[in-house]
Amino acid sequence: MAHKWIDLTSFNRRSIPNVWDFIAFALIVALFVAITHASHGMTAHLPDKNDSTVNLDYANLPYYASRSTIRMFLALIASFIFTFTYATLAAKSKRAELVLIPMLDVLQSVPVLGFLSFTVTFFLGLFPGSTLGAECAAIFAVFTSQAWNMAFSFYQSLVTVPRDLDEVCNGFRLNGWQRFWCLEAPFSVPGLLWNTMMSMSGGWFFVVASEAISVGDTTINLPGIGSYLAMAINQKRVDAVIAAVITMLFVILAYDQLLFRPIVAWSSKFRVELSAGQESEDPWVLRLFQRTRFLRQIVIFVGDQFTKFAYLRLPFPKFEGLSGKADPRLSRAFDYAWFGLIGLITLWALWEIERFVTSELSWSDLFYAVGLTFITMLRVVVLMALATLFWVPISVWVGLRPTIARLVQPLAQFLAAFPVNVIFPIAVILILRLHLNPDIWLSTLIIFGTQWYIVFNVIAGAAAFPNDLKEVAATYGAKGWQWWRDVMLPGIFPYFVTGALTASGGSWNAAIVAEYVKWGDDKVAAHGIGSYIAQATEAGDYPKIVLGVAVMSVFVILFNRLFWRPLFGYAERRLRVN
Amino acid sequence: METTAPNLLNVTHVSKHYMKGSGEAGVPILDDVSLTINEGEIVGMLGRSGCGKSTLLRIVSGLIEPSEGNVVYLGHPVDKPAEGIAMVFQSFALFPWLNVQENVEFGLRAQGIEEDEAHRRALKAIDLIGLDGFETAYPKELSGGMRQRVGFARALVVNPNILLMDEPFSALDVLTAETLRTDLLDLWTEGRLPIKAILMVTHNIEEAVLMCDRILVLSSNPGRISAEIKVRLKHPRNRLDPEFRQLVDTIYARMTQRAEPKPAGKDGHFAGMGFGMVLPRVSTNSLAGLMEALAAPPFNGKADLPVIADELTLEVDDLFKIGETLQLLRFAEMESGDIKLTPAGIKFAGGEVDARKKLFGDHMLSYVPLAARIRRVLDERSTHTAPANRFIQELEDYMSEEEAERTLRSVTNWSRYGELFAYDESSQVFSLENPQ
Repeated sequence: MAHKWIDLTSFNRRSIPNVWDFIAFALIVALFVAITHASHGMTAHLPDKNDSTVNLDYANLPYYASRSTIRMFLALIASFIFTFTYATLAAKSKRAELVLIPMLDVLQSVPVLGFLSFTVTFFLGLFPGSTLGAECAAIFAVFTSQAWNMAFSFYQSLVTVPRDLDEVCNGFRLNGWQRFWCLEAPFSVPGLLWNTMMSMSGGWFFVVASEAISVGDTTINLPGIGSYLAMAINQKRVDAVIAAVITMLFVILAYDQLLFRPIVAWSSKFRVELSAGQESEDPWVLRLFQRTRFLRQIVIFVGDQFTKFAYLRLPFPKFEGLSGKADPRLSRAFDYAWFGLIGLITLWALWEIERFVTSELSWSDLFYAVGLTFITMLRVVVLMALATLFWVPISVWVGLRPTIARLVQPLAQFLAAFPVNVIFPIAVILILRLHLNPDIWLSTLIIFGTQWYIVFNVIAGAAAFPNDLKEVAATYGAKGWQWWRDVMLPGIFPYFVTGALTASGGSWNAAIVAEYVKWGDDKVAAHGIGSYIAQATEAGDYPKIVLGVAVMSVFVILFNRLFWRPLFGYAERRLRVN
Repeated sequence: METTAPNLLNVTHVSKHYMKGSGEAGVPILDDVSLTINEGEIVGMLGRSGCGKSTLLRIVSGLIEPSEGNVVYLGHPVDKPAEGIAMVFQSFALFPWLNVQENVEFGLRAQGIEEDEAHRRALKAIDLIGLDGFETAYPKELSGGMRQRVGFARALVVNPNILLMDEPFSALDVLTAETLRTDLLDLWTEGRLPIKAILMVTHNIEEAVLMCDRILVLSSNPGRISAEIKVRLKHPRNRLDPEFRQLVDTIYARMTQRAEPKPAGKDGHFAGMGFGMVLPRVSTNSLAGLMEALAAPPFNGKADLPVIADELTLEVDDLFKIGETLQLLRFAEMESGDIKLTPAGIKFAGGEVDARKKLFGDHMLSYVPLAARIRRVLDERSTHTAPANRFIQELEDYMSEEEAERTLRSVTNWSRYGELFAYDESSQVFSLENPQ
């Protein structure tokens, strides 16, 4: 239970969408449209490979698992590079911040999974005739599931660097480079690594979904667990599906033990609150590194090298954005030029979108897509509500019993990392065999992987509930509904909102893969924007994909802004116990 | 002696004001401050919270640029942090991810000093300041006193000429602070510190008299140097020495002197009458508590400020805040180091809960223009409600955003006690709903 209150920082901010959100949204949609145009001519470059690259022999599974894992790490590296540049720019330049932060906000809400086919064609165009393009596309998909979140966390750290530490750096005349590595990067570690690990948990889902990509008539199978699974589905091999599930269990277990736990525990060293208080975990891997002489030497050596690197006196540009030294008139002129430029680009974006929409789509398409999105939203809302009703009492019960919580908590985190799309085929078989209504029963898949976020956050909340308040409730004999309403629910509410927020975001993304699933040649589809996007992708109908993704994004943004953020703000203001 | 000592640093005619959102000059923080620091002396800047003394220290260090005036150190203008000036912080400002030794080495390594050389010098500083054996400990593992020792070592290791200290002992408990002060003074008087002068900021009068050779008393709103007091007592100084006590009393008196009348149209200062006065956060319990203590024996309505501060174990700064609020509400008067209850204050101290609330509410309406204003707006409106925001905005014409919020919060709390009006936190709206 290393994390107590992990703030989803992006949700502390303003909630009503404003003109900057609109601009950001227009820019991003226009970018999609532009990629669509560009990729029309590219499909010819698809590599000449067929499905035979992936083999259902069990012996191949370790190799496939390692390939998938490598993809994850490459995406992670890309995410870090993006985080360090994008967030730094946003934090250091007021002008850049105005555009970059709303963009990030919108990007966070775009179900990029639906956009996989474009990125594939785009990357294939970059590396014609080789699978490198497809590799890049898969890595890019994972990247999009991690980067926004991480960049937000880093940005938030950069703008909340404690003033006294900042003054120490100024006082000792650190240059921009030294300051970044000595103060800003270490300060961001707890938040950034926690977000990274959570993103990585989500990333397994994307890596599985993006390895077997169909664009129009061509299917590319990158060697990996996801492709293995896709092949098993194609050939209706139940045993292979189960083998994939078991392999994935091992991979996630290794990830959880070797990476997630040690890193989160290690990062607590960077917390600024100077009280030693919080009970901390002691994962065996971290202990191994700290107590084994040989490993310890390595750690010390790496640490020393990092220190040298951090103190390098590189002439790194120090942003002077806030010092106000510039001539105000010049600065104002620059402002006008900047806003003018943004205005022009926005106009171009709007024009591009307009042209695209009028030439390729009709109003009825839009209404249809909006209607479908309402259905999907209904699904997400109902399932979130059901999951809440089911899991909150159980999680509270667990959280109040420390011994049980210690066992269950890691399990819930583990399950949250498990890519639920691996077990979809099993659900499909059940639906087909029992002739269940897909509109209802496919819905359950949406929440299947994301409910665990609610579980482990609520457990953490109940475990952190102050003992004295529990004793007050006991001495005054609070029971039944009163106990829930006045004592426990307000206490866990902030944690619940944190978990539910993550779960809701994940559910929207899951809808794209969950509302339209296959088993061999059998297809099961529910009504909803997710299956709309999935079917359009299969048919290679680009305009519909753009429309579907855009409409879904608008819904997600509004849903977050008008529902989750006010709730989050309320929890933050009124119900925070400590 | 002071006349012959070469001067290290000169501050001439420095002013600083807040910038408003529109870029115009806002409320002044410091107004035309000049001072000199000579070799071999400890200079103290003594003032109430909010008098701009920390800002002045940061201007001296080069962390902040003054709006007007300049700072010259050894003949060079200070417009960014200069070599030879180091600072110790109230909050210690240690990097939690670096251990003691790494924290101490920080300034050296940043300047590109070789690792071995940095190690050697850091160990020497650690030794000097009494941190032996703690080299590999992390700040989290240390007590407050030990943390501040690391802060000192980090500043001393770069061999500065001037050491700046921003209330370095005020985050420590009484005993720890005293030990640290004594240790530092011993090192200083024995000439073992590699520094030539110390400039320290404090709000603790006794601390200033104990440590400094020269004390600059700052007045508030805007900050000005209102007095310069030389302390010629020999180290080690004795707090019980009559001369020491005398000096403390004198400074108390200086600090309670009524501010000279301000030019018309400017009513930003606390003791004034206007709508735009900045109010401190003081709880009604503290107000009632001080009035009760004053009314009871041995004070019987009148007390010497240092004596009652000691009696109630109040920090001077807190005592001043409470005292001045009582003065504003006409429950007490402060002058030349004394505080005296008014007849209304005596009546309050002897009253029952409801009588007290009534009296307090009446005084709020009569003497706190902001409270009267909110009440009038609520009375006039048919809905009897008003958003807090509108008052914040009005206040921001007179003060910074932060001060405006604090002022409104104080008035809200006092008015709740006086049952003048209600305030709903979640909607941030004032209303007349439940009073009376």
